[in-house]
Amino acid sequence: MIREYQTISEIASPLMMVKNVEGVTFDELAEIELPSGEKRRCKVLEVDGDVAVVQLFESAQGINLAGSKVRFLGHPLQLGVSEDMLGRVFNGMGEPIDGGPAILPEKYEDINGLPMNPSARAYPAEFIQTGVSTIDGLNTLVRGQKLPIFSCSGLPHAALAAQIARQAKVLGTDESFAVVFAAIGITFEESEYFINDFRRTGAIDRTVVFSNLANDPAVERISTPRMALTAAEYLAFEKDMHVLVILTDITNYAEALREVSAAKKEVPGRRGYPGYMYTDLATMYERAGRRVGKKGSITMIPILTMPEDDKTHPIPDLTGYITEGQIILSRELHRKGIVPPVDVLPSLSRLKDKGIGEGKTREDHAGTMNQLFSAYAAGKEAKELMTILGEAALSDVDKKFALFADEFEKRYVNQGNQTNRSITETLDLGWELLSLLPRSELKRLKLEQIEKYMPKKDEE
Amino acid sequence: MSGTITKVSGPLVVASGLADANVSDVVRVGSQRLIGEILQMKGDSASIQVYEETSGLGPGAAVETTGTPLSVELGPGLLTNIYDGIQRPLTEIRDATGDTIARGVEVPSLNRKKVWDFTASAKAGDTVRPGDVLGTVQETTAILHKIMVPPGVSGVVRSISGGKYTVDEAVAVVRDEKGNEHQVTMMQKWPVRVARPYKHKYMPNRPMNSGQRVIDTLFPIAKGGTAAVPGPFGSGKTVVQHQLAKWSDVDIVVYIGCGERGNEMTDVLMEFPELKDPRSGESLMQRTVLIANTSDMPVAAREASIYTGITIAEYFRDMGYDVAVLADSTSRWAEALREMSGRLEEMPGEEGYPAYLASRLAQYYERAGVVECLGTDSRQGSITAIGAVSPPGGDTSEPVSQSTMRIVKVFWGLDSSLAYARHFPAINWLTSYSLYVDTLKDWYDQKFPGFMDLRDKALAILQEEESLNEIVKLVGRDSLSAADQMTLETAKMLREDFLQQNAFMDEDAYSSYDKQFRLLRLILRYDELCRQAMDKGASLEELFVIPARERVGRAKMILPGQYEAEYDQIEQDMKSEIQKLSAGGEDR
Repeated sequence: MIREYQTISEIASPLMMVKNVEGVTFDELAEIELPSGEKRRCKVLEVDGDVAVVQLFESAQGINLAGSKVRFLGHPLQLGVSEDMLGRVFNGMGEPIDGGPAILPEKYEDINGLPMNPSARAYPAEFIQTGVSTIDGLNTLVRGQKLPIFSCSGLPHAALAAQIARQAKVLGTDESFAVVFAAIGITFEESEYFINDFRRTGAIDRTVVFSNLANDPAVERISTPRMALTAAEYLAFEKDMHVLVILTDITNYAEALREVSAAKKEVPGRRGYPGYMYTDLATMYERAGRRVGKKGSITMIPILTMPEDDKTHPIPDLTGYITEGQIILSRELHRKGIVPPVDVLPSLSRLKDKGIGEGKTREDHAGTMNQLFSAYAAGKEAKELMTILGEAALSDVDKKFALFADEFEKRYVNQGNQTNRSITETLDLGWELLSLLPRSELKRLKLEQIEKYMPKKDEE
Repeated sequence: MSGTITKVSGPLVVASGLADANVSDVVRVGSQRLIGEILQMKGDSASIQVYEETSGLGPGAAVETTGTPLSVELGPGLLTNIYDGIQRPLTEIRDATGDTIARGVEVPSLNRKKVWDFTASAKAGDTVRPGDVLGTVQETTAILHKIMVPPGVSGVVRSISGGKYTVDEAVAVVRDEKGNEHQVTMMQKWPVRVARPYKHKYMPNRPMNSGQRVIDTLFPIAKGGTAAVPGPFGSGKTVVQHQLAKWSDVDIVVYIGCGERGNEMTDVLMEFPELKDPRSGESLMQRTVLIANTSDMPVAAREASIYTGITIAEYFRDMGYDVAVLADSTSRWAEALREMSGRLEEMPGEEGYPAYLASRLAQYYERAGVVECLGTDSRQGSITAIGAVSPPGGDTSEPVSQSTMRIVKVFWGLDSSLAYARHFPAINWLTSYSLYVDTLKDWYDQKFPGFMDLRDKALAILQEEESLNEIVKLVGRDSLSAADQMTLETAKMLREDFLQQNAFMDEDAYSSYDKQFRLLRLILRYDELCRQAMDKGASLEELFVIPARERVGRAKMILPGQYEAEYDQIEQDMKSEIQKLSAGGEDR
């Protein structure tokens, strides 16, 4: 059944009302044909009787109420998937933009996906070595995890994400991997930075890029990450690959969502973002994971810039409630010249406990991790006190903690973007730093591990 | 009775031609027979919230009402199962449709094929009333499932016999006064939005042992009580909930994952069968029912999930069991409510939440409590309801937190600064409270004389630490008197050696009352001895570094069966070490 209508009654970008329709269904994809013959895509947001509210994915510029036709296609927005997607660049609607030939899809998938059955999930427990001490040692990433980077404008989150993509590996395995990169409303320069880095390391042949740059239509940003995740699901769960998905920047995504919501005249939630933003973000983030009986996995690193460096802003806040931890970058450390400027204390990986320890990393990992955290927190507190009262006011133990905090930032955190530390190096460095502290303070470590791993001081 | 769709907007569908349908009826929508519930009626058109994704649905499709409200099936087979928000069994759905949840799946909540061994305890000729136990089924190794006369049925048992039955076969026939015969099966159906009846409600007066020191000692909860756990993300709400689900000394645990992460439910599914109940020695899964409506699953079913959970809990309570219901997180439930309210174009209250948010929350928590169950044997059961709250930005001034705090009696406030310092559980001892302390005091005084006094003392020290810290920040630690410095030291010990508890270390995950009592006594004993020694002139620096002090720091890791002797030993050594120092002080 061809359902083509010339009855557009209203356009208020990005929304459109089409009258006298029949048989139109919710979430259906449609095409609008301009008098010039140009086609743009849109989808149904609401059908009330014979009136359909349609959302454009592209700009409304040039649409003429009388001369434009809307054709309803009878299915939701789909992506044609195939293994040939590797090495290619697509726009936010899934069309190739790298000048290469069209993809011959193996099949078409609804980009919204379906919720994963919790009883079909396999718990992520395989340690990924990223070569970054603050992640491997303290906020361990595991396969199938979603671990966002919370950044602020002007901080080098791209460098850290590229470093992770470049260095990430699972110890002792050589399985096929792929990177799916979704550029959501970022600048050409930022996107090129990633693509050049993939090119330099040769990873580009294993990478699928979905690119919606800052000058592309904002509403297309709503479909861009879903396109990327549909491709990732196909590669992971049908082609048995371990897929790393990088989504940048989620803040732009949320802003596009707000734009559409405002156009729909919905009751706004906090800061004008729609009340369903949590659910909406969750349907993306929750697509990461592992499935029972499937070899592949989707590990997700969304990047977002916190407006006004504020962690309680709805975008980072709702993200943090869904994702399994967060890596937070700090402006203060960045100013001090520490690379990567990972703010260790508020950063967290919720899945670390299952991915570390004997047989995975090393038996002493959990203990040193907790000890480093609490020692660094105590050290920071001591330093704060020192700035108010001066060094003399500190007890001897506090002085040692303050020294520890400095050394920790200088040596453990500040490793640069090119250093790839093995987990053993990271753990040993942790012990070396802990040896600065009196032994009676190391309550989180097991005595036998202190004996085994603590570097012996020769001079004493 | 069937109608046709006139409007589709996300999970909200409007259909006309349903004049005979009732508000709250369950309907089947479209050719895929999606499950929905009628929220409003206007003339013959009904506003329906659909519990599944509505993509592909349009005007003209058929809507069929079932004529019954949203109900759950109650009977053997609930335990160890994992359900979605409207009680569809997820494991069986997985067998039917694979790794993802396809739409319109129809799988009965209770397995119809499974045969249970029913032992009759009533006999023909007995007069029975609702709630009377007809017989039992050993549902899991840990739980004896009591088959009760359903509410609304009473009369004389005509026939009953033990043997092997499926849940929909009649195990007994009851004839009522009017001569009608009721076939009683092992399965009951009950509408989720209606509380199940009971005889009386009582004041809670027994504590629930959670095995968590900060909870049991400082902010205890009573069996039949209500508690909220609010906290920003990353502060360990879910770990606290998991710990309670694992170690609470209740008979049944209903864990509702409401709009939270899928992997957290997987974690429970994987971990619970492996863990042993410290009291019965049985696997924890044997007493657990899971409701999982994760954040990527349809939002309308999330709204129903907490009612599904608490109705199942009430059913087990009616058998005379102590049940704990853990909902993670009620904020996600409230958001689902807000989303549906917005789609219904209702006038929004605070922050877009509907005006009835507070009353709905209150209704939910009020279903908790200690009750005398229906039935002639006057057995008692209880439901303890604990809800996590996820306030945006950790700011509890928002409507969900505020409405919750007005209802619940225990407040375990999680604190991000504690979490950053990896002090877990990150329950802030200054903002948290328990209104059950007074009612539970009798119990504590009887079982552990002196425990509550120690608790008060510990809390006072922690309070004092806070004000002393203000001074330290201004003028430095050295300017404090020796007594105040001692207070700071004891407070540090209380925080690090008592309140911190590592959920991921087997040695530390669970503490019995006795262990908590002895450990607290040990720490406060150190404080007491040091103060005595100080009076005799011992120096603080030396007192702080005695070997026994480090041993106190590791004392929480000592296993059950060994800690009693070990703590006594530490106390003895501590005494002699401190005595040596104070003797030295006198000599000088």
